[in-house]
Amino acid sequence: MKKIIAKQEACMGCGLCEVYCTTQHSKSKDIVKAYNSEHPKPIARIRREVNKPVSFAIQCRHCEDAPCVTACLSGAMTKDLKTGEVTHNKDKCMGCWTCVMVCPYGALIMDKEGKVVAKCDLCQGISEPACVANCPNQALEFKEVKT
Amino acid sequence: MAKYVIVGASAAGIAAVEAIRKVDSVGTITVITEEACAHYSRPMISDLVSGKADLQKMKCKADGFWKENNAEARLGKKVVGLNLTDKTVTLEDGEKVAYEKLLIATGGKPFVPKMEGQEKDGVFTFTNMSDAQRLAAKIDALNAKSAVVIGAGLIGISVTEALVKRGIKVTVVELQEKILSLLLDAKASDIVEAVIRKAGVNFATGQSVQKIIGKPENDGAVGGVILTKGDQVPCDLVIVAIGVIPRTELVLGTAVKLNRGIVVDNFMQTSVPDVYASGDVAEAYDFILNQNRLLPLWPLAVLEGRVAGCNMAGAKTSYEGGTNMSSLKYFGIPLVSIGLANPKDDPTLEVLVKQDTENNVYKKLVLKNNVIVGMTLVNCIDRAGILFNLMRSQVNVKKFKQDLLRDDFGWAVLPVTLQRKMNVVQ
Repeated sequence: MKKIIAKQEACMGCGLCEVYCTTQHSKSKDIVKAYNSEHPKPIARIRREVNKPVSFAIQCRHCEDAPCVTACLSGAMTKDLKTGEVTHNKDKCMGCWTCVMVCPYGALIMDKEGKVVAKCDLCQGISEPACVANCPNQALEFKEVKT
Repeated sequence: MAKYVIVGASAAGIAAVEAIRKVDSVGTITVITEEACAHYSRPMISDLVSGKADLQKMKCKADGFWKENNAEARLGKKVVGLNLTDKTVTLEDGEKVAYEKLLIATGGKPFVPKMEGQEKDGVFTFTNMSDAQRLAAKIDALNAKSAVVIGAGLIGISVTEALVKRGIKVTVVELQEKILSLLLDAKASDIVEAVIRKAGVNFATGQSVQKIIGKPENDGAVGGVILTKGDQVPCDLVIVAIGVIPRTELVLGTAVKLNRGIVVDNFMQTSVPDVYASGDVAEAYDFILNQNRLLPLWPLAVLEGRVAGCNMAGAKTSYEGGTNMSSLKYFGIPLVSIGLANPKDDPTLEVLVKQDTENNVYKKLVLKNNVIVGMTLVNCIDRAGILFNLMRSQVNVKKFKQDLLRDDFGWAVLPVTLQRKMNVVQ
């Protein structure tokens, strides 16, 4: 399947991936409205980690044998066997944070306002995930990888 | 064509069905459960009581699950007998069901010690859907205002939160001096207890209930409890949440080896060939304690059931083990506790602690030979999985142990070589 891959040596730690991820997952898809006026507040499903000079972005890796899917108490987290995507149904999520406890990458985000988990959905419906498309230094790639 | 019979349709039973079907698409699978609804999430029963979830939300699999997996789910049927020679199980109505491979996934049942007055109307346990439905109905019928929860473990705290959300005044009675004592050390327990007290909950620790008393106008209905230290607490409801014990009745008196739970090997097979056990009823491997033990936890039941299913269908698969691991969301103070979270004084263990009292934040790591063997995170569980990954992979953390408790902890603060090795970056 196609996955988002972080290139540590190319990342400047600018955080635009978070900004575009937030915007893409907002209702308005408008950067200003997303940050200033939407409730509930949209949140980024990608996280920039910085420890100068090292920086890179982390998001769900859609693991082959995903620990979050196995551990999910409610059935909200599932593996789509056709696409390989790990999908999260927030209507089924009980906000128990068990997936947060077991994700080896620390890639699941706690939406504390919504009391459910938020995660990368590879930006369904657009050709390239927003974080990849808007990374100014091509530190994120969306490419076919062996699973 | 193999005949698989699975007794119990919760986490382990469901996972076994999926695993069998990955290996064997034609063998007949019969799943027998005494419950009216299979495939629901037991950890969500407190959300049913609080009103946050309905039956539909509680289903952890789609309604078509059994059909899609070509498995027959026999609901409302209780298995009462096991004949290892004939390879049959007997249902309550006398029907015999033959198996070639059997999985016992009967789970656990609430432990209820003998208490005077425990037969009174208004005393509940809290482990399955029907418990939750009966409790919710009783709250409505009585317009209940107060409850006593016996036991301040995971189940006790979860039902307490649900009751508080229903506007009920709760007193939690706990035999130990501290709440959540199997998960938290004294400091962490105090932090969490203070938060729950702020929500209006009373705690009576270091004691138990000696007697459940009736209402003055109706002695058959719960009116209160008398604690072992003599205090009387009036209440409309009593919920017994002391713990669960394995439901091993089926194998009593058979050749299936029993300790506290059913003894299994690394393939989830019992001492009798073709008979497997998984989930709360089985004693599976704990990779931290390096021994088999009871670990009644949903995610582990899924892993164990999956391993059993693979092996039943002929794909030899070994269980990698689990450990005591819980994530709690209650009362707005998330916490994670894994492995040796609260070890006794042991000179071979190193303990790292960081506390931020003002924000109710507490982090603790327990190391043995520079490998993480226990962790507690209170009110700061973001990225807990990274630490669990280091624990699970037995990474030597000697060179960066102080970084593990940093506020900005994440993969970036860990060595680049480790980031590469663990496939975090390319």
